[in-house]
Amino acid sequence: MLHRLTISELTARLARREVSAREATQACLDQIARVDGDIRAFISHDPADALAQADGADEAIAAGADFTRQPLLGVPIALKDVLAVKGQPLNCCSQILGNFRSPYDATVVEKLKAAGAIIFGRLNMDEFAMGSSTENSAFQTTRNPWDTARIPGGSSGGSAAAVAADECIASLGSDTGGSIRQPAALCGCVGMKPTYGRVSRYGLVAFASSLDQIGPFTKDVRDAAMVLEAISGHDPRDSTSVPQPVPHFSKQLTRDIRGLRLGLPKEYMVGGLAPEVKAAVDAAVKQLESLGASVQEISLPHTDYDVAVYYIIATAEASANLARFDGVRYGARVDGADPLEMYGNTRGAGFGAEVKRRIILGTYVLSSGYYDAYYLRAQKVRTLIRQDYLKAFEQVDAILTPTTPTPAFKVGEKSGDPLQMYLSDIFTIGCNLAGIPGLSLPCGFAPDAKPGAPEAKLPIGLQLLGKPFGEETILRIAHAYEQSTPWHKERAL
Amino acid sequence: MVSGVSAPDFDIKYVAHLARLKLSPEEEQRLGAQLGNILGYIEKLKEVEVSGVEPTAHAFPLVNVFRADEPRPGLSTEDALRNAPKQSSGLFVVPKVVE
Repeated sequence: MLHRLTISELTARLARREVSAREATQACLDQIARVDGDIRAFISHDPADALAQADGADEAIAAGADFTRQPLLGVPIALKDVLAVKGQPLNCCSQILGNFRSPYDATVVEKLKAAGAIIFGRLNMDEFAMGSSTENSAFQTTRNPWDTARIPGGSSGGSAAAVAADECIASLGSDTGGSIRQPAALCGCVGMKPTYGRVSRYGLVAFASSLDQIGPFTKDVRDAAMVLEAISGHDPRDSTSVPQPVPHFSKQLTRDIRGLRLGLPKEYMVGGLAPEVKAAVDAAVKQLESLGASVQEISLPHTDYDVAVYYIIATAEASANLARFDGVRYGARVDGADPLEMYGNTRGAGFGAEVKRRIILGTYVLSSGYYDAYYLRAQKVRTLIRQDYLKAFEQVDAILTPTTPTPAFKVGEKSGDPLQMYLSDIFTIGCNLAGIPGLSLPCGFAPDAKPGAPEAKLPIGLQLLGKPFGEETILRIAHAYEQSTPWHKERAL
Repeated sequence: MVSGVSAPDFDIKYVAHLARLKLSPEEEQRLGAQLGNILGYIEKLKEVEVSGVEPTAHAFPLVNVFRADEPRPGLSTEDALRNAPKQSSGLFVVPKVVE
């Protein structure tokens, strides 16, 4: 049952020499063998390599390694297929990267290794992180462990499902418009997007450079704080990485939230919100008030423009970032009579439909004659959206919202209408535009009409948004709420 | 909210050419229609009053993030070529660029 533990539970037992890293890793590998045929979270993983790393961790522990210096020692952590690990495949779940193996480690991978973690596996995602259901993966569809007829969310669907199914103790994903928080909500785990610049993007394949951040998926808030602490910090190799010192996030979970002011944006609690989600969030508000926080209504007046602004800015940046996939230096190549033909053929064959859609949209909004009307205008509205949040933070310490308008939808339900899929990101997108931190944690369940399973249920997520560099506050609120509720103890499988 | 209005002047053939993407006729039609729909939705940004508003390119702009102009080792040639679809003599081989 070691695969069911949290990071803090596992490291405590490892430190007491009650269990070995090898046993814990083997438990995760056994779970993958048992369930991943159905869940399909993993694109690939290397059991021998994971066990070799585990043996290394066990040797270090036997030699007296200090868990305060290596807080993740012996913990198996899996990665979204968008992060560079030296010598391992890096595909972003796209055909266009072919047999590419990364020649270097991402900064977050270096940091996890330095913290002692066992890094393994490539987790499924929407191709190039473009999607909200993981149905855009060029390789396979991941299923939600709570109901395998449903999607796990996206784009980090594999990362969320793997943690929810106890296939790894924690995972990393990336979040550009909600791609950590939304799947965390739909899969019933904790998912966090740090403040923009808090975590280095060196080694993260770029989708939208002004929006992307890497973050953890974990089984509880304490674990998220631990992983965030390990991966955060200034990196000279990422010129957007900020010099802010990294607080000891895991030491600040005092459970005391008395006097904290929380804001509930009135624009979010409206039509389109499923009644079960509204009920769960309303109950969470009462719970937080009973813990001593105060909750007031706030306004984020430009909310209605979030999705439109995002789909201009993110696609524009993506069109630039994905220009490098041209068949010249790496990945798959489809030949042509001249380079232009080769680029067109390679990219036409190698990119999936959603990626093509976004590249074309992004190219259009940046093109001569349209740049001012679309891209420049979107950047100005982005300023107004950001100002809405900063103004709200003058009155409240954190903002509370549902993470998603509905629980997990069925496979195929939204994949026919791209715009419907985009609109399901409505609650998570503003956070990336403003650059502020956000996390989702479980706040209840909705009944699931699953044939033959009357007790079936689907997770609902509560989102907390913090001030710039205010991760400590939202982690503390989340931890206090979590520890006074039963949701984090439930398991999908 | 989801209008069927196509944005005027959206020439998918031209934009696909700019993006170096070869599309099949079926793709041109399907993507063209979907993008027209999306662009119709995006029109709502025209409602917003933006005069005097500065654009945001980055949420936390940093200034002059430079390192000293000193050469450092990067990827070795071998590592850089390792994933090449076609290589020769330490170079990436591509179709002929000029006649």
